[in-house]
Amino acid sequence: MADDWRPSASIETLRERARLLARVRAFFAERDVLEVETPVLGHGGSTDVHLDSLCLTATTPAGHERLWLQTSPEFHMKRLLAAGSGPIFQLARSFRDGEVGRRHNIEFTMLEWYRPGFTLDTLIGETDALIRHALPDVGPCRQRRYRDLFREALQVDPFTTPLDALRRLATQHGQIDMGESERDACLDLLMSLVIEPGLGRGGIDVVVDYPASQAALAKRRCDPEDGVEVAARFEVYVNGLELANGYHELTDAGEQARRFDADNRERERLGKPMVDSDRQLVAALQAGMPEGCGVALGLDRLIQLALGKDSVAEVMAFATPNA
Amino acid sequence: MANYSTNEFKGGLKVMLDGDPCNIVENEFVKPGKGQAFNRVKLRNLITGRVWERTFKSGESLEGADVMDLEMEYLYTDGDMWHFMKTDGSFEQYAVDKKALGDTEKWLKEQVAYTVTLWNDNAISVTPPNFIELEVVETDPGLKGDTAQGGSKPATLSSGAVVRVPLFINQGEVLKVDTRSGEYVSRA
Repeated sequence: MADDWRPSASIETLRERARLLARVRAFFAERDVLEVETPVLGHGGSTDVHLDSLCLTATTPAGHERLWLQTSPEFHMKRLLAAGSGPIFQLARSFRDGEVGRRHNIEFTMLEWYRPGFTLDTLIGETDALIRHALPDVGPCRQRRYRDLFREALQVDPFTTPLDALRRLATQHGQIDMGESERDACLDLLMSLVIEPGLGRGGIDVVVDYPASQAALAKRRCDPEDGVEVAARFEVYVNGLELANGYHELTDAGEQARRFDADNRERERLGKPMVDSDRQLVAALQAGMPEGCGVALGLDRLIQLALGKDSVAEVMAFATPNA
Repeated sequence: MANYSTNEFKGGLKVMLDGDPCNIVENEFVKPGKGQAFNRVKLRNLITGRVWERTFKSGESLEGADVMDLEMEYLYTDGDMWHFMKTDGSFEQYAVDKKALGDTEKWLKEQVAYTVTLWNDNAISVTPPNFIELEVVETDPGLKGDTAQGGSKPATLSSGAVVRVPLFINQGEVLKVDTRSGEYVSRA
C-alpha cells in the first residue's frame, strides 16, 4: 500500500500524547519521585508463564550473549531500590511477543513506579490520583474483591467451587473446550470474557485479593475476612480496560528464586521456551530491598482513554504492523 | 492446507472449524493482567452463513480451508443445477446446486458475473453483484403524473425477485436494484 509510511496516530494525537507525558512527569516531580531510565536489554528475562519474551544475540566483551528484551522495567528498577534509590518512576519501552490487538501492541510504553514504605492501599490512592490527573472526568473509585466479582457475575466462588464446575462454566461462556484446563486458566477465561467488560463503567474499579496462585511477584497474605490465602495485588480497570497492576512487592530472595524456578518448570511442562531468570535480582533482594509497593500502568491505554480512541495503535506514532 | 495459529488470525482468513469452512470475521486478543491469553474469534460458517463466536487459547491453531472466491458468469439452468463459467478466459464451467445457490437464485441473469465461492473445488455459495439491472415483467400500470408522491407498489423482475418500486414504473422498464437490501435504486 502506498500509504504504509504514514503514522498510526495523527499529528494532533501525538501533540496530546506529549502533553499527557509532561503531566505525568509533573505529577511525579511534585511528589519527589525520581525519574529513572533502565535498560531495555537484560541478561535475565521474565519467566512469567503467560508472557512471551523476545530475545536476541548480541556481541559483547563476553562473546555472543543471549539478551532479553524486557517485558517491563521491574527487575532493573528493583535493583535500584535495593541500591537505595528511594521512590522512582519510569516511562519504559516494554516488549511482549505475540500480543497484538486493539488493546495490545508488541512494543508499548509502561509507566512503572515504586514506593518504598507504602502500603497497598496508599499506592491504590496514588494510582487513582494519577489516573484522575489524566482523566479528570472519571467517576468515583471503588475497590472490588476478586471473590465478590465472581460471586456476583457468575454465582460461583473462585476459591472453593469444584474445578469441574468451573471448567463447565468456562466451556459454556467461551465456546471452547476447557475440560482439561487448570483452575487458573478457567478463572482467567471467565475474568476476561465475563467480568472484565463490565469493570470500570462509570468510574475506576480496583480489583483486590486475587488468588494466591496468581501472585506473580507480589507477596501473599491471609485474607482476614475469609481466612484464605490471597495475593497482595491489585488491578485497575477503567471502561472495561485493564490499566494497571500493582503489588505489595516480594522482598524474600529465597522465595523469589523459588518462583523463578517454578515458572520455568511450568514452562517446560507446557512446552514453552525456558527463560534465563534474573540472578542479579535475587542477589539484590538478598542484599535487601526496602519493603514497599509498586505498580505498572499501560500508558498507551491511559492515553487511549483520555483521547477517546478505539485502539492503542491510534495513540502510537507507529504501531508494530507498520513500524 | 497449512495450519494457522491464533497469531495469524485476521479478518478474511479461511479456516476449518467443526468440519466446515469458515471465514474469520473478527479476532480479538484478550488477556487478563497476569493470566493466560485467549483469542475471541467471530467466524462465519461458509456453508450455513451462520456466525459463530468461539474462544481459542492463544497459540492454538486451525487448519486452513481451501476456499477461493472466483468471478463467474451465469450461463443457464437445467432445472437441477445452475451452470456458471469462469471469466478468466479458461471457459471452465462449474455446476451449482440449489443449496449453494441459496437466495441468489432470485437475482440470476445470464451473462452477469457473480462471485462463486469454491471449497475443495466445489461451489458452496454464490454472491450476486451489489447492483444489478433487471427488467420489470409484472407490475400494476403506472399512474400518470404521480412522480412526487413517494408511494410504492410491488414489481416482479425478470429474475423472479419482487421489489418495491415507485408508482410511475411500468412493465418492460429496466431497473437498477441493490441486491444486498433488495431495494430499487433507479431506472437503468
